[in-house]
Amino acid sequence: MNHEVAIRAEGLTRKFGAFTAVDHISFSVEKGEIFGFLGANGAGKTTAIKMLCGLLQPSGGKASVGGFDIFRQTGQLRRNIGYMSQRFSLYEDLSPYENLRFYGGIYGLPRREIKPKAEAVLKKLGLWEEKDQLVSALPLGWKQKLAFSVASFHEPAIVFLDEPTSGVDPVTRRQFWHMIYEAAHQGTTIFITTHYMEEAEYCKRVSIMVSGRIQALDTPGKLKEQYQVSSMDEVFLKLTR
Amino acid sequence: MKKFLAFVNKEIHHIFRDKRTLLLLFCMPIVLVILFGFAITTEIQDAKIVILDKSNDPATREIKNKILSSGYFKLKRVLTSERALEQAFQEGDTKLAIVFEENFYQHLEKHNMATVQVIADATEPNTASTLTNYISAILRDYQQTRQVTGVMPLQIQTETRMLYNPRLEGAYYFVPGVITVILLLVSAMMTSVTIAREKEFGNMEILLVSPLHPIAIILGKAIPYVSIALINALTVLYIGYAIFDMPLTGNLGLLLLECLLFISTSLSLGILISTVTDTQQTALLASMLGLMMPSVLLSGFIFPIESMPTVLQWISNIIPSKWFIIISKDIMLKGAGMATIWQETLILAGTTVLLILASVAKFKIRLE
Repeated sequence: MNHEVAIRAEGLTRKFGAFTAVDHISFSVEKGEIFGFLGANGAGKTTAIKMLCGLLQPSGGKASVGGFDIFRQTGQLRRNIGYMSQRFSLYEDLSPYENLRFYGGIYGLPRREIKPKAEAVLKKLGLWEEKDQLVSALPLGWKQKLAFSVASFHEPAIVFLDEPTSGVDPVTRRQFWHMIYEAAHQGTTIFITTHYMEEAEYCKRVSIMVSGRIQALDTPGKLKEQYQVSSMDEVFLKLTR
Repeated sequence: MKKFLAFVNKEIHHIFRDKRTLLLLFCMPIVLVILFGFAITTEIQDAKIVILDKSNDPATREIKNKILSSGYFKLKRVLTSERALEQAFQEGDTKLAIVFEENFYQHLEKHNMATVQVIADATEPNTASTLTNYISAILRDYQQTRQVTGVMPLQIQTETRMLYNPRLEGAYYFVPGVITVILLLVSAMMTSVTIAREKEFGNMEILLVSPLHPIAIILGKAIPYVSIALINALTVLYIGYAIFDMPLTGNLGLLLLECLLFISTSLSLGILISTVTDTQQTALLASMLGLMMPSVLLSGFIFPIESMPTVLQWISNIIPSKWFIIISKDIMLKGAGMATIWQETLILAGTTVLLILASVAKFKIRLE
């Protein structure tokens, strides 16, 4: 694998009044890497992701995503990333097919490409039978898998996933990770936040954020070694206490 | 452009999928017009009256005929004594009593003067004054016919003409108001609710991350509702015309253009509301309290602005609905052109620009 940089952050900071939500974080993510972005609730993960996606103006520091500056090149940046938010992001009163078609449409995919592609995605997800049902009728796990497909439908270079698997059963979670691996294998960079520490083990590298700062950043194996524990769970507890 | 169309397409899907709201959107105008047309009417028909005719001569008979054939009154019974008057009003459904003095015709012939007493039940003041006005008009009419036959010497007569709405039809009064309320409801309320919905379900973030420009998102939200609002305006106009004989003296094209202007004003209000609210509930409440109530109460739709306290008259000036009601009445009833309504048009246009600037500023702050 080549060592192209997909995401680079240098001293990225965001203040809300007197409160510093993200405090000078620096890291870089390689192309095709699965990067776990961990931290307790309120540690500043979502704020950091929002800045990287161009949703929030940073108060200081520099960052580029997919080679585009997050301050100035938001237009190109947006075309090259996919984002799946913590909150549910599909339209419940549209069918899976319509959801895919819509996102394909707003990312400017040609109409004749959208149809076969959406059909392929639905077949692969095993949602072919349900393609015309409303999303509201689908079980949560399926919705999340569909939401991931929607976020990566326009084949972005980088996909940001903000707690995509919360509330999903272990079997579906495993299937979900299978999809993530497949996407990464095809060269998509995955930037993911999660609260499940066994998921952290699936990442190539993880960073752990504590009150706005990155306290640790390495492969799960090296982190366990460094803190002399046997699981990521323990690494996390040691750092966040 | 293609991205934008994809967005509008999705929006239309949303609207058509929600059958209940759709039904509401298209039926509400019809129900409102018919409700206002039949229930909240200022016209009075078949008011029950009693007559005490102490002379019963050719003159009183002619006047009675005129009154009873006018369509406004219905004879409850003929009284024979003054005492029965009290009794008749006590029964409750008598609205008016007419008492002709003795020797009415002789007085009229000899002294050119005769007296009719009109007694109204003023527990409903508006009805009472409307009815006495009707009676006075009928009496004046009778006097005039006598004048023409040349029996009476010349007299100075006051002649009242009700301009633009000669028959004082209620429809003339409420159709512009109903159009205003519906345009406001559909454009301002629906837009604010639908934008708030994207926020509530977390879709707004996804949209903002996409290459779609925020202005395209807002416009995409608004366009389907503009079309619905225009269809509604046409529906109300047609019902007003077909059922209530509402005329359209002015230019339909101009009226529709002004509708479009008012729709833009309402939309910008709705957008402003949506930038400050995060849930559908608050958006709905804000538009109900902040837009609908003032528009119904202070725009001159139901209560005449002239009879409001001065402070409320001032406040009514900042309510866009007031200006639109003036514009639409002028076009529909007076056949006014741009020369008459340019000031009101300018006020609406200015308000729209201000509101849009305000929401753009707000929207930017939220993105920071």
